[in-house]
Amino acid sequence: MILGVEKVRKSFDGFVAINGVSFSLQKGEICSIIGPNGAGKTTLFNLITGHLRIDEGKLVFKDQDITNRRPYQICRLGIGRSFQRTNIFPRLTVYQNIQAAVLVHRGRSFTFFQPVDSFFQKETEEILGRVGLKEYGETVSGSLSYGFQKQLELGIALASEPELLLLDEPTAGMSTQETHQTMELIGKITREKGLTLLFTEHDMEVVFSISQRIMVLHQGRLIAEGTPEEVRRNPDVQKVYLGEGR
Amino acid sequence: MPDPSFLLLQSLNGLTYAMFLFLIASGLSLIFGILGILNFAHGSLYMLGAYFTHQFVSLFIDAPGQFWWAVLFASLTVAALGAVIERFFLRHLYAREELYQLLFTYALVLILAEFAKMVWGTGQFSVTRPALLKGAVPILDQYFPTYNLVIIFLGPCIAFTFWFTLLRTRWGRKIRAAALDREMLSSLGVHVNRLFTVVFFIGAWMAGLGGGLVSPVSAIVPGMDVEVIINAFIVVVIGGLGSFWGTFLGSLIVGQVYALGILVFPRLSLAFIYVLMALVLIIRPWGLLGRPLQR
Amino acid sequence: MSKENWILLLFILLLLGIPLTESRFYVFMGTDILILGLFAVSLNILLGYTGLVSFGHATYFGIGAYTCALLMKKASVPFPLALAAAAALGAVSALVIGFFCVRLTKVYFAMLTLAFSQIVWAMAFKWNSLTGGDNGFVGVPFPEFLDSRERFYYFTLGVVAVSLFLLHKVVNSPFGRILTTIRENPERTEFIGIHVKLFQLVAFMISGVFAAMAGALFGIFNHSVFPDILFWPASAEVLIMTLLGGIYSFFGPVVGAAVLLFVRMQVTSYTEHWPVILGFTLAFLLFFFPGGIMGFLQARFARPGGNR
Repeated sequence: MILGVEKVRKSFDGFVAINGVSFSLQKGEICSIIGPNGAGKTTLFNLITGHLRIDEGKLVFKDQDITNRRPYQICRLGIGRSFQRTNIFPRLTVYQNIQAAVLVHRGRSFTFFQPVDSFFQKETEEILGRVGLKEYGETVSGSLSYGFQKQLELGIALASEPELLLLDEPTAGMSTQETHQTMELIGKITREKGLTLLFTEHDMEVVFSISQRIMVLHQGRLIAEGTPEEVRRNPDVQKVYLGEGR
Repeated sequence: MPDPSFLLLQSLNGLTYAMFLFLIASGLSLIFGILGILNFAHGSLYMLGAYFTHQFVSLFIDAPGQFWWAVLFASLTVAALGAVIERFFLRHLYAREELYQLLFTYALVLILAEFAKMVWGTGQFSVTRPALLKGAVPILDQYFPTYNLVIIFLGPCIAFTFWFTLLRTRWGRKIRAAALDREMLSSLGVHVNRLFTVVFFIGAWMAGLGGGLVSPVSAIVPGMDVEVIINAFIVVVIGGLGSFWGTFLGSLIVGQVYALGILVFPRLSLAFIYVLMALVLIIRPWGLLGRPLQR
Repeated sequence: MSKENWILLLFILLLLGIPLTESRFYVFMGTDILILGLFAVSLNILLGYTGLVSFGHATYFGIGAYTCALLMKKASVPFPLALAAAAALGAVSALVIGFFCVRLTKVYFAMLTLAFSQIVWAMAFKWNSLTGGDNGFVGVPFPEFLDSRERFYYFTLGVVAVSLFLLHKVVNSPFGRILTTIRENPERTEFIGIHVKLFQLVAFMISGVFAAMAGALFGIFNHSVFPDILFWPASAEVLIMTLLGGIYSFFGPVVGAAVLLFVRMQVTSYTEHWPVILGFTLAFLLFFFPGGIMGFLQARFARPGGNR
């Protein structure tokens, strides 16, 4: 087991956003979390990555208790993440964005007197190539199109060489073709690197096509879990998504 | 040990000062709570309220209620100035980072202070109290000016009226929603921009009123803008930016610290108020009655 | 050698040549610009590189000035030692103050830096026995081996040049790059594995050290130290200088200091209404030239490649 979520609870001013969620991920699995808007998917991610404090419950990553650790500690342990709204460094170039993440991962962030440009050129170029941004290295990242920014996001997350990758709506706002390309890319990288993948999505086609396991979140609770087929046939899930009396 | 009637009088002085602070700080807090801007120039608007009152008093010579008319016109002038500043200048900086908005209000401080010096010189002015309130009220065995006593009651009434009219009416609700999500509201077709101008108008009006009402009590002099804005900052930090009752509480605290602090620790009294401000920001940054920041 | 390096060399030659003009005025101005330029660059480590808006940077300048002057006059400490002590005290105070400030963001951060600077100002203002209170601390001598204006100018030039060299190395190092990512997106920086508050604190300390050194030089240069260098408009002034020169450029703040000092000197010889000119200039800058002078020049003579 690579990630264990045990009876996690989170409330905001009395509103219970996550209500006793438990699940575990095995190494190398490709898992997705689905659920209607407001179900708590992003909140759950924020709890796992330490951006929000857990009220009750426990988080275990690779046999280590990571409950309420700070985000930078969780990142260093091997969890990577992309965010729902693109989260990059707008005034830096694409190359500089990724190089920064590589610098940190390789433990060179406290170097004060050597010029930064000479560091990790090869590694950075490799990641650029992997996410299909090789020609855009010198472009100021803030001026990239939305789709490319999302690719950059992925690149930054990968630069930390995570073992578990959390992707929050990786294909949000993309055309069908872009979605297809992105998911192919993600699938390829996941397989090559042996990553464990947990992602949230609204695009059901994407979810059902590549997930090995799906979890359904509704009003802060996990109401179903299983293979795509099992979930598709589950009456509770149908009720939540399609309304009563199908 | 100073005698009790002296202490009481000092305390009442502190209360009077607190009420002026409260008027100004409420405007500051309102503008910050809704527009997200910390208006450095708020003290300057207060100062202009005082100067304009002095000017208008000489205009309304021998008219009944001369003082109150002057205060009204002076504060409305300041309010109009505030609306102009927001509409034609500040609005264009909303898309930028907060630093630019903050520094623009500071630029206004420089400009308005110098403008006042150019028009009215560097001398000191005062306004005579309205005839009705010229006397003093006996308190224990001392006398306390009637006008000051009236201010102690009038100040919060005015601020209360403004703030709650804004918050309890339909317009008020729109404004609060706008503070939470400007983009959302404008996409719904609500005239968010106009709302913001109104809020700035009201905040400036309160500052101008404060300046007008203080003109018989305190000297109208260059530098009153700088002195009051720092104190207003301290008030809103202690009370909580954007909180009405917090501003009230903060004003009371600051007023009393100034009035009584000199008696208790004279050497440290200057630093003490800033230490208080720092302590609040360190221990409870959202102030005594503000809303806590989440993690 | 690149175009930039040629321009830099030219400037250095110019600066070296100033005392040769035999003009007391130019030497005076030159020293002033160098000192305030260092002060502004130290602020920009926080502002332009880390994205922290400090409204109390005058604190470290003042602490440096008082420390150096007091040690030299009251304890007869030799100048180099006093200078080092000033820098050290700048670091310590930045550590303490910064520790509390980096826990806050945006407006609250700015207000706490302001509160601390006012506390230090109040202390200097009231502690008559130590600092001379609002009468100031006067009669600070030039150190013996620098007993002429020209010598002091060259010494200042040396100290500032070395400081800027060190700072330039730091901002172009991996550490400096991380500071810019913090500026761009602190949340994301946290999630590439950086303890953001720690880095902000280190940046705070670095900027405090060099601000204190600038202050120490300032105190000696003026033979006196007054509390108004700690009063909050002083912090606003260095902010304006930095913005004027350009916060996204390393030498921008020095340019800003030079321009501001020069313009102020010209304007005050014609009129006493300098603040209104400053106010309008600042407003103009904010609306039309947010990148400052260097930003404007860089955009004019644009080259590809991202921003540092």
